[in-house]
Amino acid sequence: MAITDAPKIVTARLGYDDSHTLERYLATGGYEGLRKALTMTPEAVAHEVDTASLLGRGGAGFPAGRKWSMLRKNAITYLVINGDESEPATFKDHLLIERDPHQILEGVLISAYALQVTQAFIYLRGEFALGLERLQAAVNDAYAHGAVGADIFGSGFSLDVVVHPGAGAYICGEETALLESLEGKRGFPRIKPPFFPAVNGLYGEPTVVNNVETMANIPWIITNGGAAFAALGEGRSTGTRLFALAGHVHNPGVYEIEMVKTTFRDLIYAPVLGGGITGGRTLKAFIPGGVSAPWFGPEHVDLPLGQDEVGNAGSMLGSGSVVVMDSSTCAVRAAWRITKFFSRESCGQCTPCREGSGWLERIMYRIENGAGREEDLDLLMDLCDNISPGVAWPPQQTTICVLGPSIPSSIASAIRMFRDEFLVHIKDGGCPFA
Amino acid sequence: MSHLSADVLERAKDLVALYPEPRSALIPLCHLAQEQDGWLHPEAMSEIAELVGVTAAEVRGTATFYDMLHTEPVGTYVVSVCTNIACLLGGAEELLEHAETTLGVRAGGTTPDGVFTLEESECLADCDRTPCVQVNHRYVGGQTAQSFDQLVADLRRGALADTVPHHGTLVRVRRSVGLEADKETIVAERAAIEADKVNRAEAAEGATVAGPPPSTSSEAAPTPPPPTPRKPSGGPA
Repeated sequence: MAITDAPKIVTARLGYDDSHTLERYLATGGYEGLRKALTMTPEAVAHEVDTASLLGRGGAGFPAGRKWSMLRKNAITYLVINGDESEPATFKDHLLIERDPHQILEGVLISAYALQVTQAFIYLRGEFALGLERLQAAVNDAYAHGAVGADIFGSGFSLDVVVHPGAGAYICGEETALLESLEGKRGFPRIKPPFFPAVNGLYGEPTVVNNVETMANIPWIITNGGAAFAALGEGRSTGTRLFALAGHVHNPGVYEIEMVKTTFRDLIYAPVLGGGITGGRTLKAFIPGGVSAPWFGPEHVDLPLGQDEVGNAGSMLGSGSVVVMDSSTCAVRAAWRITKFFSRESCGQCTPCREGSGWLERIMYRIENGAGREEDLDLLMDLCDNISPGVAWPPQQTTICVLGPSIPSSIASAIRMFRDEFLVHIKDGGCPFA
Repeated sequence: MSHLSADVLERAKDLVALYPEPRSALIPLCHLAQEQDGWLHPEAMSEIAELVGVTAAEVRGTATFYDMLHTEPVGTYVVSVCTNIACLLGGAEELLEHAETTLGVRAGGTTPDGVFTLEESECLADCDRTPCVQVNHRYVGGQTAQSFDQLVADLRRGALADTVPHHGTLVRVRRSVGLEADKETIVAERAAIEADKVNRAEAAEGATVAGPPPSTSSEAAPTPPPPTPRKPSGGPA
């Protein structure tokens, strides 16, 4: 395994200080993919994306091309882009939105053409104030350039793009909650079936929902061909992917890496990537794909960064965020904080998630702060089992959306990997790391 | 005399026109009202309700779901300190404690002079500069106790006025491109879409009453013509 010299597909422009401007975008091949797409048939454009076998970059990892071809059987009314990046320690879309908004917009335009949609919405989380400004400026400039609006580049194809701000709610990253929010409502996920967006989405119309990073890949795929994209990576995980590395490493940041060819060890320790663990300490555990994912230990660092490879090992690549915890980290405290997050962000519709997350959080809190009991470990696992029967991976679901079944991941991981640490907290009446 | 200023009302109507259904503008209009007042005044919520065709209670119902919409007054500067996992590993709890001491309020509180509101927030997606802090949703990440005190001092004397506007001003770049269609066309199109939905609902109901197997009901139902999409314009309105 090694770091390959694969082309930078979505981060090629980020070296420039003015990477967010239309001038820089045009000077670096911007909107060429769109011009090319407009000379092709919509079916041919969709076929190119299908050939690339681009997996959705939002977290679920469903092939974008297949999503589209499923949908082309029915006419699609709306294209909605999910830029509500809120999974803890995930900050890749943040980078793309602020630093290369035109690339996302071009992806949206090409996708809308492939789907023959005339109205697109880009939903950004409200906390991205600068991102909202940069993306709106990009839309304004692209209109003036003739790349958005009526009769794009004289092709007869028209598209309006509305940049829509969210207002602070993790759950709105769930696609049906996002649609509710876009309709001006509380972000309550919808029951599926019948509310699959492809059939019954925004305003009850067939809707495609794609992630920001997925969109950012589309211009390169059209310019260079789906086969060139599929030649990168391995198996089902094609192309490159953004990995957001955070926690106890020397160089936290967002790295574009060829899928499967690189391992977690490379990502965490390579001098050009993570640069190793800080403070001369050792690796205790890491979360491979957002806080909804079960944790890995040092024995997993040689796993390749591929969707199936990580999935088969009992976790997920999810949102592409890797959190590194060194030997000074209290596993109980880390798992407690993640549980507190879920408790706070549960939308409250389903009892197992709403009540379960709060109970779990309070039990974790009392263990961390010295009031734990030995039977609490079984109680925690029993509660986890009530939210997600079997506490298996992939998780069973008792709730409308997948937020609920994500809650047990961190607690079950911490108990499985660091049971002794819990027992020390309980026996000594406090946190040994404090 | 309306609570929202004439300028804000004008911008509100432009925002409503961007969406196929007016209610979609509800959250953007809440941001707009916060731009005027810093928070969501009850009268502002009533006027938003009228603009998007729902009740004031529905506006409040939506607003209270979202962390960024404040139904109580907040400070000129809302300081959000993230303590989620990446920031926790980066010392966020210590920073939050320090911030509470410096500002003299607990997380969730507002200073008596109304200048600062301190918030403990969830992940703000800036995890390579921990602990992550936002002031009015502008990133000022990677804070230490010392730099935080400097930040507070700078905000107090207005040194960051260019980069950190007062609370509520989320987006300073406005949409400069309008819609080609006039307001009447939009209203007519919306009526057509509504009628089309009713037609389809009736068709679906008819199919159920007639009793064909569900797999063929959609084919048996008459397909209404799709609504003609509105052509967006290529230049400012």
